[in-house]
Amino acid sequence: MASTVALPVRGLRLVARAPILANPLNVAAIALIATFAACAALAPVIAPYDPLAQELSSRLRPPSPEHWLGTDSLGRDIASRILYGARISLVIGVVVVASAGAFGTIVGLIAGYAGGLVDEALMRITEVFLAFPALILAMAIAGALGPSLTNAIIAIAAVTWAVYARLVRGQILSLRRREFVEAARAMGASRVRILFRHLLPNALAPIMVQASFDMGSSIIAAAGLSFIGFGAQPPTPEWGVMISEGRNYINTQPWLSLFPGLAILLAVGSFNLLGDGLRDAFDPRLSRGN
Amino acid sequence: MRFLGFLTRRIVGIAAVMVGVSIITFAISHVIPADPVAAALGDHATDQQIAAFRAEYQLDRPLPEQYLTYVVGLVHGDLGRSIRTRRPVADDLFDSFPATIELSLAALVVAILVGIPAGVWSAISRGRLPDHLVRVGSLIGGSIPVFWLGLIVIGLFYYQLGWFPGGARIDNFVTPPPSRTGLFVVDSLLAGDLVALRSSLLHLVLPAVTLGYFSTAVIARMTRSSMLEVLGQDYMRTARAKGLQERLVILRHGLRNALIPTVTIIGLTFGSLLSGAVLTETIFSWPGLGRYATAAAVALDFPAVLGVTLLAAIVYPLANLVVDIAYFWLDPRTQRG
Repeated sequence: MASTVALPVRGLRLVARAPILANPLNVAAIALIATFAACAALAPVIAPYDPLAQELSSRLRPPSPEHWLGTDSLGRDIASRILYGARISLVIGVVVVASAGAFGTIVGLIAGYAGGLVDEALMRITEVFLAFPALILAMAIAGALGPSLTNAIIAIAAVTWAVYARLVRGQILSLRRREFVEAARAMGASRVRILFRHLLPNALAPIMVQASFDMGSSIIAAAGLSFIGFGAQPPTPEWGVMISEGRNYINTQPWLSLFPGLAILLAVGSFNLLGDGLRDAFDPRLSRGN
Repeated sequence: MRFLGFLTRRIVGIAAVMVGVSIITFAISHVIPADPVAAALGDHATDQQIAAFRAEYQLDRPLPEQYLTYVVGLVHGDLGRSIRTRRPVADDLFDSFPATIELSLAALVVAILVGIPAGVWSAISRGRLPDHLVRVGSLIGGSIPVFWLGLIVIGLFYYQLGWFPGGARIDNFVTPPPSRTGLFVVDSLLAGDLVALRSSLLHLVLPAVTLGYFSTAVIARMTRSSMLEVLGQDYMRTARAKGLQERLVILRHGLRNALIPTVTIIGLTFGSLLSGAVLTETIFSWPGLGRYATAAAVALDFPAVLGVTLLAAIVYPLANLVVDIAYFWLDPRTQRG
């Protein structure tokens, strides 16, 4: 087995059982995500055009030195729109994962630690949310709130938290009878301290793996909601909106939809690749044979 | 007896989940919207319609009472009236459900027929080119937006190559088979109508492949993992030592055992198939629940969207129940409790 590497998270017992950077696929995933984040952060600097600026005289142009990825039906530069779209997608992923992850983790912590009726009740509620196909429930919530990007984010977070609740509860159940928890209890540590200082840090590894996968799935879900009109609205340079706008040109000017879709594929693929890598590093048993 | 106990426990569990589902759909329809009347009737409702709606759904009553009325309606199959089609939502769902079931089942067939052999192939050629190909294919399958994939396959296989139709369930010039199950392929077979069968099968190919890609990726990964685990077991070595052909060792001893976790995954992917169907049907003009929901959404037809949500939340646990039953029979360990 490879040497043990502790992640640089102060005070956390977050230990990877294989060096994360020893796997070239992880390096590739981290590099792609860094590129994605850099595009998002530097979009105003590196985008060659204003993503909303229309130039009807150069509409539907194929990729060229002037417009690397061509122009859309209103003459807007597709490359610039994709770069700005990276900002939106990154924000969606971070906000969904942070809010759903935090809420689900707290529910899972309480359920796993309290046990009994509290656990039973919280897990039944969690099961109900897991019974809904995510996109359909998100559609209904976004429909009730009204179509907008913010409401799409709320809707996706509302269908994502339950996974964390179940995941964290499972971790807590397996940890709460361990000696270090008993020791903390014997030393008079409060419940809150045991939960957040002793149990949560030990449950962080699977949460991080799930978070990486959910960054990708929330980007796809938000793009899907935008594609059918429930998320970001035109002229926002969101990737799902861009694919939708290019839909009628798929036969004649396929680049309108092709490039935003490739951007989603790359972004989501890199988060999924990182999720795989983190899972392998944290618990090689989970990745049987990978 | 053990099976009956298991079944009873699962059905009670599903009933409990259904109560929760009804509370959530009630909250979405009655609590979240600032004005549930506008959400249900749209912006152009007359004062008379608004008054009638308020009286019918007792919107001036306390929320618990409203919930009770809502549930009584649900139990009687009352999902409200669609603003767009002006028909009862339950009737609309009944009409569009078979198309979604046909598409989802076809996608599942694609996923199983491609995913399991791909997973086995990948496992037995671990570390070599076929393994890398399957793993890259699986990564892409888990990362690709289904609505984009749909557009790309239409562009390529319908517009450019002209191999398959790009939308609808059957050609315009072909009379659909008499409806018995609502599934065109099955109904064509039952009617012995080969023209309708060919047309409906051809129309299924692109949407089923598009919708099934994600599940194919999931099934291939799971089959690969469990196959790799099985390949290292003692009984595999014994089977080889007996002099059995490698093909028989893999299929009869390896795959049979490796399939048990794959069956669970097949059940779990059903939910993603329903979600994916919403987008796939929109792309392929497939007249199922997803297209109905999307059209309803565009028209701000809220009762219809909610009806689809409720139906999907019922179908998903039921699909998982079917898988659990299959699992119960497949894995003798579960029968021993």
